[in-house]
Amino acid sequence: MSTVIRKTCIVCPLGCHLEAELADDGQILLVRGNTCRRGESYMRDELTDPRRTLTTTVRLVGAENDAYLPVKTDGTIPKGRLFEAMKVLSGITVTAPVVRGDVICEDFLGEGVNLVAGKTVEASSCG
Amino acid sequence: MKYDVCIIGAGITGAMTARKLAKYALSVVVLEAAEDVAMGATKANSAIVHAGFDAECGTLKARLNVMGCAMMPAETAELDVPFDRCGSLVCAYSEAEMAHLEQLLARGRENGVPDLRIIGQKELREIEPHISDDAIAALYAPSAGIVCPYELCIAACEHASINGVEFRTGFRVSEIVRRDGSFLVSDGRDTVECEYLVNAAGVYSDTIARLAGDTDFDMRIIARRGEYMLLDRSEGGMAKHVLFSCPSANGKGILVSPTVDGNLILGPTAKAVDDREDTATTDAGLWEVQCGARHLVPNVNTRAVITQFSGNRPTPVGADGDITKSDFCIRPSACVPRLLHLAGIESPGLASSPAVGEYAVELLWGMGLSLTEKETYLPGRPEKIRFRELDDAQRAALIARNPLYGKIICRCETVTEGEIVDAIRRPLGARDLDMVKRRTRAGMGRCGAGFCSPRTVEILARELGVPMTEITKCGGGSVILNGGEK
Amino acid sequence: MDFKKIIIVGGGPAGLAAAIEANRCGIAPKDILILERDRELGGILNQCIHAGFGLHMFGEELTGPEYAGRFIDEVRARGIGYLCDAMVLSISAEREVAFVSPTEGFCRVKAGAIVLAMGCRERTRGALNIAGSRPAGIYSAGTAQRYVNINGYLPGKRVVILGSGDIGLIMARRMTLEGAKVLRVCELMPYSGGLPRNIAQCLDDFDIPLYLSHTVTGIHGKERLEGVTVAKVDDDRRPIPGTEEYIECDTLLLSVGLLPENELTKEAGIVLDRITGGAQVDQSMQTSMPGVFACGNVLHVHDLVDFVTKEAYRAGASAARFTAEGAAPAGKMLPTAGKSGVRYVMPQKLDANGTLDTDTALFFRVDNIYRDKYVVLSVDGVEVIRTKKRFLEPGQMETVKLNDTAIAAIRAGSAVTVSLE
Repeated sequence: MSTVIRKTCIVCPLGCHLEAELADDGQILLVRGNTCRRGESYMRDELTDPRRTLTTTVRLVGAENDAYLPVKTDGTIPKGRLFEAMKVLSGITVTAPVVRGDVICEDFLGEGVNLVAGKTVEASSCG
Repeated sequence: MKYDVCIIGAGITGAMTARKLAKYALSVVVLEAAEDVAMGATKANSAIVHAGFDAECGTLKARLNVMGCAMMPAETAELDVPFDRCGSLVCAYSEAEMAHLEQLLARGRENGVPDLRIIGQKELREIEPHISDDAIAALYAPSAGIVCPYELCIAACEHASINGVEFRTGFRVSEIVRRDGSFLVSDGRDTVECEYLVNAAGVYSDTIARLAGDTDFDMRIIARRGEYMLLDRSEGGMAKHVLFSCPSANGKGILVSPTVDGNLILGPTAKAVDDREDTATTDAGLWEVQCGARHLVPNVNTRAVITQFSGNRPTPVGADGDITKSDFCIRPSACVPRLLHLAGIESPGLASSPAVGEYAVELLWGMGLSLTEKETYLPGRPEKIRFRELDDAQRAALIARNPLYGKIICRCETVTEGEIVDAIRRPLGARDLDMVKRRTRAGMGRCGAGFCSPRTVEILARELGVPMTEITKCGGGSVILNGGEK
Repeated sequence: MDFKKIIIVGGGPAGLAAAIEANRCGIAPKDILILERDRELGGILNQCIHAGFGLHMFGEELTGPEYAGRFIDEVRARGIGYLCDAMVLSISAEREVAFVSPTEGFCRVKAGAIVLAMGCRERTRGALNIAGSRPAGIYSAGTAQRYVNINGYLPGKRVVILGSGDIGLIMARRMTLEGAKVLRVCELMPYSGGLPRNIAQCLDDFDIPLYLSHTVTGIHGKERLEGVTVAKVDDDRRPIPGTEEYIECDTLLLSVGLLPENELTKEAGIVLDRITGGAQVDQSMQTSMPGVFACGNVLHVHDLVDFVTKEAYRAGASAARFTAEGAAPAGKMLPTAGKSGVRYVMPQKLDANGTLDTDTALFFRVDNIYRDKYVVLSVDGVEVIRTKKRFLEPGQMETVKLNDTAIAAIRAGSAVTVSLE
């Protein structure tokens, strides 16, 4: 006896309809429905350690117009830590100027990924 | 301080009365329950200046309607409010309805409506190409017109305001005490003392009469909801005139009319509601509006909706319960000295309003109010810039004067940041999104304010010196950003 | 009057890419002018802070600001002219562009060629005609997105979303992460209009229920929204009496479709496509007005910005060619049409004398969910291309690339159809 788990792949906009066959002990017997290898590894991660990239904004000061800076993790963090991450980020303020790709937090949450700036924002001309 | 006159209600009736009183050396205050002027029936009606053939001969309604309609071009010109004397057509679909047109024609002529005549199908089609093929004739009233009712009301209030009339919004009268020949009018927090009291409280005019102790006032006011649909400019050309059905057709009075801003308005329904401030629309009402509109203009695209809304008309009910023959109740109170009622004013209240204002002043004079014209009186209202109506050179000059006029905030209606800032800084300035919308048209377009509202909220917050979280849609608890800062 | 070789209306992804490509094709950077109505370049991507952009263009998943930033950097590096806070008011058949800006005032500039890249807007409550009161708390998903991501404010705390378009799904996750409770997403159709992966990562991840074949039938609350009535709909999308349910909420987000924003196009007299809501174009992206090209969401609503960029490159190159060579002699135009399951085909016409190569593609959308179908391209009723598709959904734009057989047939033929079999 095996069970079939169905998931939509989120790796790319194709959204492949993935299926995994699990043995009674939970072991993954087979992944199908994927059209690339990343799809298979996504399904395997999803069943053992689901992870997501976090995109959000942090407070920004010293810019002409922008009051918030878009940021993202440059890799995935455990899905279960998303809300914890949001809480940490609500206490962070960045000062302009900032360049797209600048690291805002190194080794974010100790997960081995960085939080990076998503946008280049110049400092306000009037200081 | 004791005011000479206190007007309760800043709808079109109260506003026009205030504007007419502003000529004289008097202290006048207008109390308005809502956060802005023009918030009751004035905000949501058909925007029609009726010619005056509907009202029974000899009524106040008939006299003031015809007079108000005649005054409207000069009133709107002085107040810098767009007015279009586009004319109206009551369409007949049968011999029985033809007979009805004859009755309206005779009544209209007796009421003094100018240039009224019945036209045949051929002429009807020529002047109104999209009218139903089944319409066989129409009563044509060239003197009827269209105006934006809240713009007229706001303009009248601005004019009154620059001439010294005080406005207190958010003042919901809950108590009126008569003492030593004065009225003490209170909202439970604040009290205003006055010599003369004018009841222009719309759907609440019976309540105000009762609070003022007028035991003789036996008129009951019921709120009758009228639902409307406002269509996109793409549909604006579907009617060149105000189009009515005969009141008997379908038993309903749905009209189709162009608006001064180029949209098309459909409505209203007429349904009594218990809550006088419940202006929710209903599926049944909107369906009725669509069917009624198609009866007149079969090809109207009722899916091109900008918004739908409703307003509650103050309909007077006589002692016999009849609402069909009721007249405006414009008279001094029979038992309370120096109390003037301007009550039960539903349609054609907008058309009649300039005449009602003048008549109210006349009545107050008759009641003993002394009227001395003041030398400092300013006609008109402060210049209002409408960027979308300017030519190239005017636009260039305007932006050179103030760059904010070069920044378009509402892309659908071409409204600039300069105009929005003006609306906030003018007399009775805007403090919320809807106030900006009524004063500038920002947010009245087809994107449903999707693009401009975040920007307008930013501008309001900046100009008023408050955080964005305090900006509301329409005052009170209608905050836009209910979740606070993230 | 001032003259610019190319004026690009809109500085979002389409306008930026068109400008870059025009420059690559030899138009000097100072001869190009991008007019952007917002205070910065980048368009709506600036508020799309989620990832999912650029897989086709860059082979990686970028956020909206990152994707836009790459093109903004390139526009700046190339020295291409642009003006922000600049709103175009009209375009004439003589390619005269009238615009205003706080710094430049009111201007009229004559253009050698114009690229329309104004993007799209969201469908509104008015368009849905939902009865009820008119309190604060009803926003299109994109407006809410601006409030949250640009202004840093949450429009509400308890949210119902009507429509399962991608922006609605993205906002369900975004508002949840920021602490709001998203109660449910209602979708009128029996399927979602959003990308399947967005249902997975925006709804399923946070246990937000998606109610298919449901709609909002009533709005309650005088000042701030207090609740909505939702109901199930029948096969004709009419609410089923008795299925109404009141849901207490302070916010209703609408994600019920995007409409190309073609006011300028329409006023200029350019022929529009009734289904896409955008201009009718040929494979060079030229509209019915010679020298005026269109690309991106103003032409038809895309689900991936990568395709917008590719389309805009084509428009930018065509505009550059037009300024160099002038209007091509009117050649034979083949109309394209969708049949049996294909809602629309873009471009709407193919110029038989114009460039037709294996990079030329027809884009189309289907009208329902289909499984295991063949996409068939025919010229004058004769099949020239047949490809198998496992899934076809209205939410996903599909393409057919021309091959040599098809090109030969088109050069000799008179009408092209795309259909499902």
